[in-house]
Amino acid sequence: MATLTVILVDGSIFAAVLFLLSIGLTLIFGVLRILNIAHGSIYALGAYMASFLALRVLGVGASPYWSYAMLLAGGVIVGLIVGPVVERLFLRQVYGRPEAIQLLLTFALFLILDDLMKLIFGTQPLIVSRPYSLLGQFSLGRVTYPWYDVLLIAASVALGGLLVWVVRGTRFGKLIVSVITDREISMAIGIDVGRMYLVSFTVGALCAAVGGALIAPTIAVVPGVAVDVVVLSFAVIAIGGMGSLEGAAVGALIVGLVRAVAIQLFPELELVMIYLIMVLVLMAKPAGLWGEAEVRRI
Amino acid sequence: MAGMRRWPAPMIALALLLVVPLLTPGWIVFVLTLALTKFMAVLAVALFLRGGLISFGHALFYAIGAYGVGFAIKWLGMADAVLLAPLGAVLGAGVAALVGLVMARYRGVFFAMLNLGVSMILYAGLLKFYWVTGGTDGIGVRSPTYLGLAPPREALRTAFYYYTLGLAGIVVYIVYRVLASPVGYFMKALGDNEVRIEYQGESVRRVMYLTYILSGGLAGLAGVLAAFAVGHIVPEYAYWAQSGEFVFVALLGGYGSVPGPLMGSLAFEFIRTYASKYMPEAWQATLGVIMLVIIMFLPGGLWTFYAAVAGRGRRRSEGLARG
Repeated sequence: MATLTVILVDGSIFAAVLFLLSIGLTLIFGVLRILNIAHGSIYALGAYMASFLALRVLGVGASPYWSYAMLLAGGVIVGLIVGPVVERLFLRQVYGRPEAIQLLLTFALFLILDDLMKLIFGTQPLIVSRPYSLLGQFSLGRVTYPWYDVLLIAASVALGGLLVWVVRGTRFGKLIVSVITDREISMAIGIDVGRMYLVSFTVGALCAAVGGALIAPTIAVVPGVAVDVVVLSFAVIAIGGMGSLEGAAVGALIVGLVRAVAIQLFPELELVMIYLIMVLVLMAKPAGLWGEAEVRRI
Repeated sequence: MAGMRRWPAPMIALALLLVVPLLTPGWIVFVLTLALTKFMAVLAVALFLRGGLISFGHALFYAIGAYGVGFAIKWLGMADAVLLAPLGAVLGAGVAALVGLVMARYRGVFFAMLNLGVSMILYAGLLKFYWVTGGTDGIGVRSPTYLGLAPPREALRTAFYYYTLGLAGIVVYIVYRVLASPVGYFMKALGDNEVRIEYQGESVRRVMYLTYILSGGLAGLAGVLAAFAVGHIVPEYAYWAQSGEFVFVALLGGYGSVPGPLMGSLAFEFIRTYASKYMPEAWQATLGVIMLVIIMFLPGGLWTFYAAVAGRGRRRSEGLARG
């Protein structure tokens, strides 16, 4: 029973983290039809910038609560700079080129950003644990959890709700849906598709960077976090259905719970389990649980 | 087959490579051995790139070949390159025959990422089951024998170079034949129009499956040779960065042809030798920048230069293998 509680709580926390990671990826894929491998780098960059700023503000002796503002600011800054730059300078060159080329382009960006981060922030891990412990803890059974984990869950639910509202409930969302459904007709009826791509990519990048910033206090930010994130978040959105917001939520819950189960029962198999689930889901339903099967091109 | 009438360019290149050890210092021979080894794995990846498919997971088969050597030495006490090379190829092809059953159903990002996923499972396994695999310490590989014969100490490196070169020649021949076969043509058509392949009475899944097995065998063979060349096996053989490197080299050289990957592998090993000397901390970024430049300005890879020099008539005659 105690194990079950631990699995459920840990699973929800993992799921929240995974959802933060993958929602930007699925959004970008949905609109641009490009799997952005550099997504993990943007996440890592957000985490680095946030930790860096938070450490600075904690260093000068200001109220530690300022570190939360700094975390958020770090993520937002990275997202707002990297997003438009990457879309305008690079992705724009490969729209309409073969999928393989688009993947390779984002892979190249990933390699560059990975080294850039090492050059800027060094190879030493950045650890900002203060915001993590600041909010105190609560206990559930015999296990104690920091309130920050609850904050993560709340943040991911809020972000998901916000995005769903934007897509379903606003004029901008309707335009996006139109571009997703048929790019050429959207152009014909006067939608600025280029601008839609720019905005969507920037929002996706913002999600990644802010996600990184929020998760940064719970981990040690080290070089190499980017890869795991790409693979994990791909697994999440592949399970849920690429390009679907609800799918990302379902995928995150499944992967999060599986990971929690694996860590409790067979810790050796943690990573293997996630890939295994991905392979199994894709074998049974290639478009993912929430995805629509793509019509074959003639 | 107009292209088969003249000597294919890679055969000429291989002939040139024959005389290299006589003229150059030992470290160049070592770098060339590595390049030829990688070349086979890069060809494996290029087979799919021709059809518009990226695999970020061919390090899987590369690692299987390499660990095949490791276990043969550890358990059988045998390090015979002539016996282990075909064994590695068969192992790679065998695993590819299993994994390929799933992979042949996927295209695009799914193919890329599922391959990545499967190779990372092996990577995780190699790390976790350290009592078998040696974990991060890996397994040491001793110098190979050739059908029981051990070359004298000072000739070890040259002997292995020639052995690799010989195998590379065989591989080039096989791949040329495959590219000129229906399966080869259909694989290229896959990137253009999948449905029409089926209209012509060919099963896309069969084409992909056969190509997958061949590519698994090639990468497995490359793994065996790399294990002997480097002398040490670590789980990084199965890591995503290794798969990414294969894809990168194929893009660098040009993946439409057989000579492209060869050019790419040679260029890559020399770039790496110098880059690791002068700017070791920016190695990945260097790769990334080169990749961006190629994607934006030179989609055919380095091979474009050669094709431009060789002129139009020649280009037409070799057109069968180019993308």
